[in-house]
Amino acid sequence: MAPMARKEAWSWLNVWSIGTVLIAAAVAMPIMAVIFIGLTPSDEIWSHLAATVLPLYISTTLLLMVGVGAGTFVIGVGTAWLVSTCWFPGRRVFEWALLLPMAMPAYVIAYVYTDILEYAGPVQGLLRDMFGWTLKREYWFPEIRSLSGAISMMTLVLYPYVYLLSRAAFLEQSVCVLEASRMLGRGPWRSFFSVALPLARPAIVIGLSLVLMETLNDFGTVDFFAVSTFTLGIYDVWLNMNNVAGAAQLAGLLLFFVIFLVLIERFARHNQRFHHTTSKIRALPGYELQGWARRGAVIGCALPVVFGFALPAFVLGGYAVIHFEAATNPDVYRYAANSVLLSGLTAVLALAIGIFMAYGVRLRNEWVVKVLARFASLGYAVPGSVLAVGVLVSLGALDNGIDAFMRQTFGITTGLLFSGTIAAVTFGYLVRFLALSFGSVEASLAKITPNMDGAARSLGHGPFSTLRRIHIPLIRGSALTAAILVFVDCMKELPMTVILRPFNFHTLATYVHQFASDEQLGEASLAALAIVGFGILPVIVLSFAIIRTRPGDTEKGHTS
Amino acid sequence: MDEQQMKGRVFLMALIMAGLLQLVALPRAEAAAEVNLYSYRQPFLMNPLLNAFTKKTGIKVNMVYLKKGMLERLKAEGANSPADLVLTADIGNLHNLVEAGLLQSTNSGVLESNVPVQYRHPKGLWYGLTTRARIIYAHKKRVKPGEVTTYADLAKPHMKGRVCTRSGKHVYSVSLLAWIIAARGGDAAVAWARGVKANLARKPQGNDRAQVKAVYEGECDVAVGNTYYMGKMMTNKKSPVQKKWAAAVNLIFPDQNGPGTHVNISGAGVTKSAKNKSGAIKLIEFLSGDIAQKIYAEDNFEYPVKAGVKLHPIVSGWGTFKADETFLFKIAENRTQATRIMDKVRFNN
Repeated sequence: MAPMARKEAWSWLNVWSIGTVLIAAAVAMPIMAVIFIGLTPSDEIWSHLAATVLPLYISTTLLLMVGVGAGTFVIGVGTAWLVSTCWFPGRRVFEWALLLPMAMPAYVIAYVYTDILEYAGPVQGLLRDMFGWTLKREYWFPEIRSLSGAISMMTLVLYPYVYLLSRAAFLEQSVCVLEASRMLGRGPWRSFFSVALPLARPAIVIGLSLVLMETLNDFGTVDFFAVSTFTLGIYDVWLNMNNVAGAAQLAGLLLFFVIFLVLIERFARHNQRFHHTTSKIRALPGYELQGWARRGAVIGCALPVVFGFALPAFVLGGYAVIHFEAATNPDVYRYAANSVLLSGLTAVLALAIGIFMAYGVRLRNEWVVKVLARFASLGYAVPGSVLAVGVLVSLGALDNGIDAFMRQTFGITTGLLFSGTIAAVTFGYLVRFLALSFGSVEASLAKITPNMDGAARSLGHGPFSTLRRIHIPLIRGSALTAAILVFVDCMKELPMTVILRPFNFHTLATYVHQFASDEQLGEASLAALAIVGFGILPVIVLSFAIIRTRPGDTEKGHTS
Repeated sequence: MDEQQMKGRVFLMALIMAGLLQLVALPRAEAAAEVNLYSYRQPFLMNPLLNAFTKKTGIKVNMVYLKKGMLERLKAEGANSPADLVLTADIGNLHNLVEAGLLQSTNSGVLESNVPVQYRHPKGLWYGLTTRARIIYAHKKRVKPGEVTTYADLAKPHMKGRVCTRSGKHVYSVSLLAWIIAARGGDAAVAWARGVKANLARKPQGNDRAQVKAVYEGECDVAVGNTYYMGKMMTNKKSPVQKKWAAAVNLIFPDQNGPGTHVNISGAGVTKSAKNKSGAIKLIEFLSGDIAQKIYAEDNFEYPVKAGVKLHPIVSGWGTFKADETFLFKIAENRTQATRIMDKVRFNN
């Protein structure tokens, strides 16, 4: 029986686990590189920081996280619930319009609102004219370049992450559980809080953790608003103190903080399972809102769209008219093509890898595979420029290793194969955004009861065929959501593109950046609008696709 | 699998990968006739200069604009790096590149005659191309003549609530403080930073241009900024309102009765990995020559390093001034200490 025993011991070695481990290791390489850089000897910075600004960095960052987390949770979940379950005027439009702010880069919206709201801006100017004030000390006006300003800006552009994921979760819920709740005497509010919300928890948590990770690694907004966050501190140590090891240590600390948060959340829902218990799925009924509730719903859904999208887009449009000549630079079309191609490629790759890894983890509940997969999706929590350095270091080592090997063995030089190519930029995007696809897919797979896998497998389907025929159709909504998230994030991505790109290469974001960095966004306002425009088109299209992919949709005729 | 086979496979795989990359990647600029540039300065600023160079010499210039991470990129790419030269907008960046051993020394008679000795590295590791002075913008009415004539005045009690500046951590602010350390020592620098911080009208924010705007709008009376922003505002066709901002202030070149006004440089250096060293030197020579120096002076209102190049009329209208002559590397070496002082006095918070 020896061969059998051996087979048992090595049975976890199959294409899924090996594939998952290999991919995860490749994606984890730059994160490892950052940690490795942190371990190299350097000037000691901790005692200096601890004695001066570290407490401030930490408290500011925590406040920012709490503010943005609370803001995006209320707006994201609230609007998602409204458009998923209630009927009110404009609901069909809000379904996709609520996603619009997602395509707006945070630094762009920060710039626009500063222009409007600062002392020299039109709002305060108008107030001064109206009330005859002349000097700043004569009146009080909220300071836009402040912590609360940063919280508002980030909330406005990040809530769609929570909205998108919680809406997908609400749509995947069967009305049966809600009807059961209502039949057992719970009102609509209590059903929401005690049934729908807890059921959507894994998705909401993913959405919130994405928001918080974006918040943590934001540089553009906090730098522009001069809000001293931990991330700003990382850049300061890196660039002003010329201490990349110290910066990597700070980034590592940030990473551990994120891991800690994730573990807490996992521990808190320890042993809870979120599978659908029934395959009988029927669309949520529209709950017709009346009176003040109706007006409240319309206003509640309209405000985030107006402030997160319409107003800033209008202002950008105004700049574009003023700077028409500079703004309509024909090169912009080429940059737009670069942006769309790169983002599309990355979205497809990230989705494929995300599904593969999430399914690999599901098939093989091995802790090695699980830990590696989670680790590989931590790139999202590392500030972009720091992660880019990790990519530089790992690709540089790989390229120079291949080159040295080829020189020694064949006497030929291969130079740099990956560094400074589009492939490097794409790899960087994957490292950074894998969390988006892996997280969404994993959360969605968790809702499919393992009995389905069992049934399919016992009917003779292999894991691949089961994935293709059972899981992928069931998670299509979430998979599309994941692809949109990656696409839109790539469209906006700045620091990695800047650092990893080839010569003479621009995306819309880098083009906008060279002007924004000189506070002349007007010159690139049309390109900024293009980021939003190109980012938003697929979002809208896919938003409709999500509604159609909804299980139990009557239009497709497979109701319960 | 024997060793031969292994090698064969690796070779094949590498070939396939390289082939694939040719499909995916843009044509990579390594041809000998071209010069590859990593630049801290924005493309919109450099393109007119680089186009003029290509027109004159037929040498194409490829460029990546990156600020953060240039040093790490050069380091990671190592001897295989495609970059031939770097362009920076501050002495601090040049200093860091030198410290990391990423630049090589060059000899050029042209450069030695174009660039004054205090604006180039003794061994030719880098060359300054333009200078800019860090000056004080003062409101024409609200600041009386003689009220502010030195950097030290910014820290004195009579300026309380009247000073605007950009982030204390911006490379220009750090360089100014590093210069004060070089000129007057660390303790004096701490006292100065603390004094300025106490006088701030608002939390440090925005760029130099935004400070002048704040003076115009009455938020503060004086601001610290680089000279060329004034020229850019005075001639801004696209947003004419900036002309009003500029018209509201006088320029004060500080410390004229002392060591002189703090100046910084933008500069260039040839990388250690340069494949096209002669092309790189040609480009630096061009940038320090009459045609390019004139473009720098006219388009960007900077002070050319080459003697005899005409200033923009606006810039010459500001008159001549005494520039401090501390060797710039002395200043760059103090940058870490300056950054720590900014932390210590919590300048930005």
